[in-house]
Amino acid sequence: MKQMTKSTVSNWGNYPSIDAKTKSFTSVSELDQDQLPEASYIARGNGRCYGDSSLQSHIISTLKYDKILEFDAKEGIIKCQSGITFSTLIDFLIPRGLFLPVTPGTKFITVGGAIASDIHGKNHHVEGSFQNHIIHIEVLLASGDIIECSREKESDLFMATCGGMGLTGIILSAKFRLKKIETALIKQVSIKARNLDHIFDLFEEFKSTTYSVAWIDCLQGGDKLGRSLLMVGEHATKQELGSDESLRNPNGKLKLSIPFNFPNIVLNKITIKIFNFLFYHKQIAARKESYVNFDKFFYPLDFINSWNRMYGNRGFVQYQFVLPIENSKEGLRKILSEINNQGMGSFLAVLKLFGNYEGLISFPMQGYTLALDFPIRKGLFEFLDRLDQIVVDCGGRIYLTKDARMDKKVFEKGYPNLERFKNIVKKFNPDLKWRSVQSDRLAITKP
Amino acid sequence: MEISTIGPVSYYKTMTVLLLGATSNMAVALARHYASNGHNLQLAARSSKEIEILKNDFSIRYGITAEAYPFDALDYHNHAQWYAAIPNKPDLVILVFGYLGDHERATHQWEESQKIIASNYTGAVSILNVIAHDFEQRKKGTIVGISSVAGDRGRMSNYVYGSAKAGLTAYLSGLRNRLTHAGVHVMTVKPGFVRTKMTEGLPLPAPVTATPEKVASLIYKAAQKKKNSIYVLPIWAPIMLIIKNIPEFIFKKLKL
Repeated sequence: MKQMTKSTVSNWGNYPSIDAKTKSFTSVSELDQDQLPEASYIARGNGRCYGDSSLQSHIISTLKYDKILEFDAKEGIIKCQSGITFSTLIDFLIPRGLFLPVTPGTKFITVGGAIASDIHGKNHHVEGSFQNHIIHIEVLLASGDIIECSREKESDLFMATCGGMGLTGIILSAKFRLKKIETALIKQVSIKARNLDHIFDLFEEFKSTTYSVAWIDCLQGGDKLGRSLLMVGEHATKQELGSDESLRNPNGKLKLSIPFNFPNIVLNKITIKIFNFLFYHKQIAARKESYVNFDKFFYPLDFINSWNRMYGNRGFVQYQFVLPIENSKEGLRKILSEINNQGMGSFLAVLKLFGNYEGLISFPMQGYTLALDFPIRKGLFEFLDRLDQIVVDCGGRIYLTKDARMDKKVFEKGYPNLERFKNIVKKFNPDLKWRSVQSDRLAITKP
Repeated sequence: MEISTIGPVSYYKTMTVLLLGATSNMAVALARHYASNGHNLQLAARSSKEIEILKNDFSIRYGITAEAYPFDALDYHNHAQWYAAIPNKPDLVILVFGYLGDHERATHQWEESQKIIASNYTGAVSILNVIAHDFEQRKKGTIVGISSVAGDRGRMSNYVYGSAKAGLTAYLSGLRNRLTHAGVHVMTVKPGFVRTKMTEGLPLPAPVTATPEKVASLIYKAAQKKKNSIYVLPIWAPIMLIIKNIPEFIFKKLKL
């Protein structure tokens, strides 16, 4: 069965897209050398990275490799194959009083993708990234060998696989620790911040709260620069809710869906302004406390299926960077001013504080991270190059999982362990069988 | 829902479902559908490693009882013994295994033709003979056989596979006739295009193509209603009606 059929593939940003041949598997034997044509491959999960990280002429889809292998409810430990989605896991875990240790802003990602991107969530400042909760993983190497690795065993491979964007091999399975919860609700406090100074003070004030994230209205300037809404939360306890409320999973509720690409004009400066105005003013009180369902708290955008189509058929890029803590405020002020001056409004602008957890090649570092969405249009890439310069000058870095366009010099400056990472990739992937459009673009896998 | 009430909720009597060929995408979708409705599973397929993995996944996820029984559809002589060794006999048997094969190769290489015939027809007859006998004696049970629209009329592009499936369809029809008198129901399923690993990347026309999950839920409902023969997606009924009724002198000139 050597034939594979071509189709057009793109990830969440709908940019770029390529013609690729995709192969799914349910058993590792289907990936034997004699089963596949000689080519370069990259693993791909549910395609929720934004750019070209999981694009290649030949793609190995993990989506059908999605079984739960072991589960210990008492200890809160699960082992599963890499293609299972967070969404499936959550449906399974919530009624059993458990939750994922770390989750990004969408639940439609796979475990394999979570590891390859070493994802972070709203709790990074307290609990680190996904790799901090892994017990061990199994990786399929280019040689066909399957290696179990962890911080203690084959630690080079482990370190280079967590956040390594699939360049060491195909992540086959993972065993990781879960979090115990008493209810499916989050006790949320949302606080309005007048400007950048204010939001920094608030992040400091809520430093020990498990979850925190802020939405910035990036069309505000002057003394309102950085006007935002901070949302912090903890898993609600049974006691807080009274005895009868407990672990409900609110599935099957009405979902909105965007059935086709919106005209490219729909998201413009005016609509973004209106949205941000409404978002900031939906709450009148300076502080508001409420109990919200975990779905609403963690995955507000998952409520709208295919929200990426709002950006039209040209697609969009998400721009996420992190700045070291000591330069965060100054750097953010520069970047927000730049956005403001150029009128490059971002519909989504999410600010978050990272804690002191670093991986070999992972994105997070202690400091503030901002994620922005920009529809693809003329002048955008030049504009982002200017932002890159500010990020690099501050000693920051750009998130590979969101990237589709950064210059390799920007990448190289941002990731100080790059040479060590490349050496480990070379050791386990000597002929560069695993490589992506992104890894070629950034010259990680150029021989 | 409290933690203590976790587990399958079933509005019907809990059944034990034997899946013959349990590792295909369609079988996995069927297993998940039945398990999520609280039914217990018996998984039969050649790869003992794969059915062990599935067994764990289904029992962990759905809190049902799942058992794994390595099974080779072509090992005819051991079928009776294999079935006898299953301690709790199933209430429902779904025969999913089959092999599309490479038609081009089959036309000039007997081994490929033989494999297609054996996997889709001979193997099915052998194991269903055994199970039919048991169900007839116990006077209960349901047998579901996954055949194919390809068996409705032989076409130049896949008539080896088609003729094996035609054989299976005729076998199931006869079996239904015989077992009705013993209170045993037999249902024939003829899926059209299904998105599976086998058809990955093929440009299948969306309106007539089903996902394995959709196929599973439709089979589940149809089996409950004791349908005799279904085309999974209803649109296939008129399509196949037309294909079956094209006069032969025209049909033979078409390149289908």
